Amino acid sequence: MQYAILCYNDENAVASWTKEEDDACMARLAKVQGDMAAKGKMGPVARLLPTTAATTLRKSATGTMVIDGPFAETKEQFLGFYVVEADTLDEAIAFAKDLAVANPGIGAYELRPVSLFFPNTIAVGSGAT
Amino acid sequence: MTDNAWIGAALAAARPQAVSALLRYFRQLDTAEEAFQEACLRAIRTWPDKGPPRDPTAWLIFVGRNSGVDAIRKSRRNVALPPEDRLSDLDDAEANIAERLDGEHYRDDILRLLFICCHPDLPANQQIALALRIIAGVPTARIARAFLVSETAMEQRITRAKARIAANDTPFDPPDAVARQERIGTVALMLYLVFNEGYSRGHADPAAAQLCDEAIRLTRLLLQLFPAQPEIMGLCALMLLQHSRSPARTDVSGQIVLLDAQDRALWSRPKIAEGLALVDKALRHGTPGSYQVQAAIAAQHARARHAQDTDWAAIDRLYQILEVIQPSPVITLNRAVAVSKSRGPAAALALIAPLADQLDNYFHFHGVRGGLLQQLGNATAARLAFNRAIALANSPAEAAHIRAHLDALSAPALPDPAAAAK
Repeated sequence: MQYAILCYNDENAVASWTKEEDDACMARLAKVQGDMAAKGKMGPVARLLPTTAATTLRKSATGTMVIDGPFAETKEQFLGFYVVEADTLDEAIAFAKDLAVANPGIGAYELRPVSLFFPNTIAVGSGAT
Repeated sequence: MTDNAWIGAALAAARPQAVSALLRYFRQLDTAEEAFQEACLRAIRTWPDKGPPRDPTAWLIFVGRNSGVDAIRKSRRNVALPPEDRLSDLDDAEANIAERLDGEHYRDDILRLLFICCHPDLPANQQIALALRIIAGVPTARIARAFLVSETAMEQRITRAKARIAANDTPFDPPDAVARQERIGTVALMLYLVFNEGYSRGHADPAAAQLCDEAIRLTRLLLQLFPAQPEIMGLCALMLLQHSRSPARTDVSGQIVLLDAQDRALWSRPKIAEGLALVDKALRHGTPGSYQVQAAIAAQHARARHAQDTDWAAIDRLYQILEVIQPSPVITLNRAVAVSKSRGPAAALALIAPLADQLDNYFHFHGVRGGLLQQLGNATAARLAFNRAIALANSPAEAAHIRAHLDALSAPALPDPAAAAK
């Protein structure tokens, strides 16, 4: 089955990494993803830009409303996600633990079983990186 | 991010909120800063073994407040500090204070701290130094390097600025709506100065370039506090879009590369993506302001895959809006560059003709004018304008750039100048 690994952390702490720290962390995470990909179990991965750049479309009985950012004053923000194929919860937890070793400190990974998955593709390079 | 580097990141992230809460408590900048430093030292000693607290900011404020009170008491009587293990075991107290932090106070706390740094009595360079030191926590030595002064000189500059602030009472009552809006505007301008300080010299000096990153970080912080302010979105977008071009702004020999000639593959895509998203959401508010329009102009460049794809007519229209919001001969001069691209050099020359008196001592005016005359084939007048520009150049790089145009005047093929569009 598929698990979505949702990454939560204090976005201000992540933003205060130096370029070198960020690059080093990304390289270690790429290694963890590479190991998973070698087993044919790695799905899409995304890192999100800060919540200050976000917009929310709120639905209601009377229609929709576009508002700025997520206003929720949480200590940790949703910063990105992985989708992996894992036979058991333990396997998904093991993957998340590897991520935690590669990117130690505060924050959390939420492991959510995936209900529907469409592996659509968009042109490479249309993302930010 | 190995070992305990995450602690540094957590402390840096907590700093603005923690220092500003401690300032509200102690009402004295030095005491608040020292209390925060003390809390950080304890964090570095205790977090690696005990693990991070659930809410690092609340922990730091609580420990900082205790140590600040102790320091004050100690200076009167000689009372011992509580043992470390008791200070680290803060679960209940932490939940308690975290609840209070989520209240309305902390927005105005951080805004106040930012605002204190922009006191009108302080010259701009002191405002910038103070904001970098106190809010962003940049070490004095690094600020000194960015400003090309000695560490001692920078230390003195910051001390003088603090002394001036201490002599002036900043009201600690929450500001009313009008005062809050004024504070936001003042702080935004100061952050823009920090950015420009880095941007104007960053191509030659990596230490100065870091000021751009700090300015962006502080502007994001302001936007987190006031997430529905289109001008703050515009300011943040403007900084991101301009900074996105930094990797392409100099060639291997350190010479400035103008916008038209930059390798756009080197532009930072994440910064552009964040900047464009911010411009788009700001403009939806339908209340244009100076930062938003400047960001929208920068966005036009960011969206053009190649220099020749640039929509100069759209940029011309945006400059016309900017001329209404913020009339200035320099903006008209910038608009002339867009006009020369969309409607030709003669139209641009006619646009800047009335500015000759006002901008007679402005380097870029003569540079742009010389370029337009050159395109029209008036070599004699172009040479005069370029010579005047060289006499007014602010840096050897600027003078060298104009000299290249002068050299080209004797060559048959005439390149297209865009000195003011960089």
